[in-house]
Amino acid sequence: MKKEMFATVVPCSARPLIYDEALCVGCNRCAQVCQVDILLPNPEKGKPPIIAYPGECYYCGCCVMACNIEGAIRLQHPLMNRAKFVPVKQESK
Amino acid sequence: MKTIKWPYANEFGMEEVVDADVLVLGGGLAGCYAAIAAARRGKNVVLVEKGATERSGSAGSGFDHWESACTNPCSRVTAKEIAEAYVNEQDGYSNGIAHYIECQEGYDRLLDMELFGGKIRDTEGEFKGAEFRDDKTGLMFAYDYHNRFTLRVWGSTFKPALYKELKRLGVKVYDRTEATALMVENKNGKKRGTGALGMNVRTGKFMIFRAKETVLTMSRPARIWLFNPDLTGLCEFRPMQSIGSGHAMGYRAGIEFTMMEKSVKGEFSSAGRSFPPYGTGNNHNTWYAATMVDARGVEIPYVDRDGRELKTVSERYYPAPGQKFFLKGGVIDDPKYEYRGPETLPFDELMKRGYQLPFYADLSRMPEMERKVIWGMMVGEEGKTKIPILKNYTERGFDPAIHMLQSYGNGWQSANFLPQERQLFGAPGGIMIDWDLKTNIDGIYAAGDQLFASDCCGFACATGYYAGRKAAAASETVELAEIDRAFCDAEKERLYRPMTVDAENGMSWKELNMAISKAMQNYCGGVKCKDLLLEGLDLLRSYETDIVPQISAENPHELMRTHEVFDILEVAKLILESCLLRESSSAPLCFERSDFPEVDPPENDHFITIRLDDDGKVVKGAVPKGYFGDLKTEYEKRNQDYIRGDLK
Repeated sequence: MKKEMFATVVPCSARPLIYDEALCVGCNRCAQVCQVDILLPNPEKGKPPIIAYPGECYYCGCCVMACNIEGAIRLQHPLMNRAKFVPVKQESK
Repeated sequence: MKTIKWPYANEFGMEEVVDADVLVLGGGLAGCYAAIAAARRGKNVVLVEKGATERSGSAGSGFDHWESACTNPCSRVTAKEIAEAYVNEQDGYSNGIAHYIECQEGYDRLLDMELFGGKIRDTEGEFKGAEFRDDKTGLMFAYDYHNRFTLRVWGSTFKPALYKELKRLGVKVYDRTEATALMVENKNGKKRGTGALGMNVRTGKFMIFRAKETVLTMSRPARIWLFNPDLTGLCEFRPMQSIGSGHAMGYRAGIEFTMMEKSVKGEFSSAGRSFPPYGTGNNHNTWYAATMVDARGVEIPYVDRDGRELKTVSERYYPAPGQKFFLKGGVIDDPKYEYRGPETLPFDELMKRGYQLPFYADLSRMPEMERKVIWGMMVGEEGKTKIPILKNYTERGFDPAIHMLQSYGNGWQSANFLPQERQLFGAPGGIMIDWDLKTNIDGIYAAGDQLFASDCCGFACATGYYAGRKAAAASETVELAEIDRAFCDAEKERLYRPMTVDAENGMSWKELNMAISKAMQNYCGGVKCKDLLLEGLDLLRSYETDIVPQISAENPHELMRTHEVFDILEVAKLILESCLLRESSSAPLCFERSDFPEVDPPENDHFITIRLDDDGKVVKGAVPKGYFGDLKTEYEKRNQDYIRGDLK
């Protein structure tokens, strides 16, 4: 068995979570509620968690819902999943 | 690539033994309610959850509909009527027992939820005067405004409220702990569940949970056919850890399943062929009954079951003339005439009439209350919508009063799957149970999504509570069993092995998952036959013997994902074996055999069950449809204490 364990960040094609380092206080509340456990506490105290497994994000938004600081975490779907919207049309038969 | 030191303790090799009267495996809605029921009866309750119970499960971030609340004060239907309708709608391939429990007790659980701090009614009068709101109670209804048995609820408040209640009742919650195996003793040929084994997914500590009674509430299998190694978390509708481990460990332990041959063409996989649920223009479920328009801005007509075109928005929420009620919701796809509600014209008919793609949902044409309740309440309270949809689209500038949201593909499903891209969606198979929600093994119960033919949050809550109640009662006459050391050691060895495989020579869990899903698309796709299924089984068995020992993990998180894929492999075999057992095709089971093309012949018109015997051989069984008897009579026979209100 491995005595010392590591986590290697596994990148993916999207950026589900973006932390605002100026706002985040590194309380790790988001890491506590993340049910897919993709966030690891930062070795540097007070810094945002490490998004170790972004590809495993379930895009539920619970991290944002748990965060006490508005704007500290932003969650967004991959570009391909952002549906298009347009101004309403008057019926033109 | 960034590498950091693992931030949690290394507890590999350490062991903890925990004793319980009632052990609940899974901390979603069903599991929380099972634990609460048992704790209310004074039992020592332990709940094991792989994520964080506060927000875990399919409804962790919320849900917007509470179906089949037939006993709410505004309801015009009975539990018997709706439960029987659900069974009939699925041609008898449905779980009458569980549906009746949902219909009869679901509203009680909603009142519980309010007691715990969840929001179930419009207390602020935000929707005062709306057609869907009862101004006396503040309850709000969806779908059928006449019969009023589906409630609109503020589900984002529910999981934190449940978590608080678990703590208040003294339930011992083991978060970040995966359950991996059921302990079963065999006395004089009679099996009995004695607890479960597991592992802390942050530290690697091995857990032994001894229990008098165990309740399985571990969701349903996923990632069997659909896998995307890049955006893994988006492959399926449910969260990544809802993977079917409860099915896998149950199957290994000898639990009986049914309807596992049923799968449907994919409906949701936003890693690929669909969009995030509720994030596109549509008029189903959360978005019912949104106004839809075509590319020219021409409104798409709603019709009732007789094809009568509906003139107003309001009419979309009422049964047709002569119809008592209609069904809509999670498991209702293309309902029978009897239960069919208002719906927009079918896609083919729209093409014939010259409607042009793309279509859009245009809420601006709806009355303000209807618009506000869809965009802002339902989209917002439904799972995975508050932040990723409502907040983000609003930030992008979407305003439902002036914008319309596009739908994709050939209509409002915004999905475009191939026949071999399948899912256990809607009302798939699961664990066979009796009127106590007990499995074929004494001491083991099941609830929520793990039951066959189930769906919906109210269903999860009601059946979870019921199973917890029955398990609590049964625990009074049982003693804790001795720990089977050899079984524990074998499980520990199985769980830990990937940590001993050298990463440079090993294979990742993703490569195995990808191979399994490709195999299932190839060997268990839209059309099946014996030779194909046998080839599939042969391939999966070779993965088990040759590939599983090569899988490597670097830390407990990766190890958890690895265990999940081992369980996916187990469930894939269960599905292939189940497909072999049904030697005919079936319409309600969405099951097509090219070697047995006859559809639903009388000799096979029953539940086929499957379980493994002590030697690991498949045992086939047959259970007649309607085995549960008259739902009201049988329920009342067994639940007089609950009906009297001894201890709700």
